Amino acid sequence: MNRFVQSINVNELIRPLGQLMVFSLGSAIALSGIALMLALVLDQTAVGLALQDKYNVTLYTYTLINLPQVVIDGLTIGFVYAAIALGYTMVYGVLEFINFAHSEIFAVGAFIGVEFLIAMDSSGLLRSASIGMSYLLLILAILLGMVAAGGLAVTVERVAYRPLRGASRLVPLISAIGVSFLLQDVIRLVEGLTTGDFNRIFPSFGNFDQRLNFGKLALGATNINLGISIKSIIVIVAAMLMLIGLNYLVNATRIGKAIRAVAQDRHTASLMGINVNRIISITFLVGGLLGGAAGVLYALKFTRIDPFVGFFPGLKAFAAAVLGGIGNLTGALLGGIVLGMLETFAGSYMGVFTMGAAGSEYKDIFAFSILILVLIFRPQGLMGENVGQKA
Amino acid sequence: MSLLSLNNVHSHYGHIHALKGISLDVNKGEIVTLIGSNGAGKSTTLRTISGMMHPTSGSITLNGVDISKMDPHAIVLAGLGHVPEGRGIFPKLTVKENLEMGAFTVTDRQAVEERMEYGFTLFPRLKERVSQYGGTLSGGEQQMLAIARGLMLNPSILMLDEPSMGLAPVLVELIFDIIKTLNEKGTTVLLVEQNALMALSIAHRGYVLQTGEIVVNDSAANLKMNPLVQKAYLGMD
Ligand SMILES: Nc1ncnc2c1ncn2[C@@H]1O[C@H](COP(=O)(O)OP(=O)(O)O)[C@@H](O)[C@H]1O
Ligand SMILES: [Mg+2]
Repeated sequence: MNRFVQSINVNELIRPLGQLMVFSLGSAIALSGIALMLALVLDQTAVGLALQDKYNVTLYTYTLINLPQVVIDGLTIGFVYAAIALGYTMVYGVLEFINFAHSEIFAVGAFIGVEFLIAMDSSGLLRSASIGMSYLLLILAILLGMVAAGGLAVTVERVAYRPLRGASRLVPLISAIGVSFLLQDVIRLVEGLTTGDFNRIFPSFGNFDQRLNFGKLALGATNINLGISIKSIIVIVAAMLMLIGLNYLVNATRIGKAIRAVAQDRHTASLMGINVNRIISITFLVGGLLGGAAGVLYALKFTRIDPFVGFFPGLKAFAAAVLGGIGNLTGALLGGIVLGMLETFAGSYMGVFTMGAAGSEYKDIFAFSILILVLIFRPQGLMGENVGQKA
Repeated sequence: MSLLSLNNVHSHYGHIHALKGISLDVNKGEIVTLIGSNGAGKSTTLRTISGMMHPTSGSITLNGVDISKMDPHAIVLAGLGHVPEGRGIFPKLTVKENLEMGAFTVTDRQAVEERMEYGFTLFPRLKERVSQYGGTLSGGEQQMLAIARGLMLNPSILMLDEPSMGLAPVLVELIFDIIKTLNEKGTTVLLVEQNALMALSIAHRGYVLQTGEIVVNDSAANLKMNPLVQKAYLGMD
């Protein structure tokens, strides 16, 4: 036991935790600052007066009151994006290939987890479940989603990508797009056949929908409610654990070292006795495990899923990976958190800031405009494309 | 029985017929050199042996085992070390991590430590740079690292692809001295070189490769006297 403890590289556990904290706090503070400043400026204009008229509250106060919830929602979705983005970035790091089917691998994870819970629900187990049992079932659902998505990712690589490895770069890309459509339709078919309905609802059970309230923070005359839903805590904690685990795997284990070696020079890696095909499979497995867990967590947070549920989160996570620097694990964390925060801030405040002219339905345009701007000035992404480098 | 044996080996890159029936043997304890001009097929021969490409026909045996259809990682386990052309240093792994990669298949931690120390005694320069990224080393240091890494496996045969390429003459001397020392300590070596003079000065035997075919095969001493070799590879008229 002692030896085991000694052989754990504690530094590799603390460092990513620190990074996550810095990225979360940094983007929260920066965006809050910008939102509050805008609110102060707009308060004296028609925007502020309109709000004053309607709700009898200044724009600044309105912005401030909503901030804690906006930050928490941004972090929650940001961590989900980060977990999905890692799947894109790991595969890119090793094969320099964008696995466009990753969004459907995420979707399959979500469906397997939710279907399991629906089955538990109809067997009556969910309603009678104690709190402990609820958590156990949720963990089981996440694990099932992970296993299914991981297995699927490995299979897709084996069947649809590996035979094309010698071909030009566009060929496996087309294959990935094909697999993506195929999987969407397979989900549609299976779900449609069994129930005649494409949507699935995450069953309501346990205490996940409750909120923890930490009381009020008095800022002058304004009281800010501090609280967080248990769902959000679960999503954030689970994503954090996975992100730290992945970081540890890549940076501090023998397999991780082999993954980095294959990413840097596949041919030389094979001369070191590394089974390159196995490492590539492991890379897809890990990406799939993370994607599957993200799928179930996404379903927990947003409740309703359909066969196309992977499309937007997948696209955004891919964008997050590029924003952070594709191939760079730390970049995927940063990109996911920044993108999640940006879109949540935009979604929450754009409506009032523009007097309803551009509401939350435009949040993606806003978030992606920022992304494009960043990439114009830093095409390699925020952290650079350090393929194969230690995260 | 020879340690490594190629029998009528053919290799292709698509339609390019790069090896046209190579047969060669390396016996335990020897330094055998494969010389030939640019494009003759020297690197292809090594790549075919180490499984990075598979021969289209012919057989390759290592310690009596047919390895011609095996994957590179399995051939490594069978005891073959290959220091590839261009050295193949992992640029974003440290010197230490590069060395550890060389011992990826070795489970005995003690042996790994010892071999790493041995590498440092051969190339003290590496020890000074142990936590530097491989990509930041000079060409000579990378070659030292590549050789030290090749030894981490304690291979029964070490194949070196143009270790003198791009190095200053002093460094070439040093590297060749070390190859000789390694051989005297028991490592069998298959040495690919364009620098025929240096190669023949330490080798026991040699093969001359021309456009995918072996044209001469003799002891190193005889090859040095061979008019064809003198004219084509030793720059003598
Ligand atoms: N990756 C490759 N694809 C196609 N042809 C190649 C490739 N590598 C080498 N060749 C060809 O194979 C022949 C032998 O090359 P090589 O073994 O690299 O020669 P050498 O190492 O003796 O300089 C040359 O004609 C070369 O052009
Ligand atoms: Mg060559």
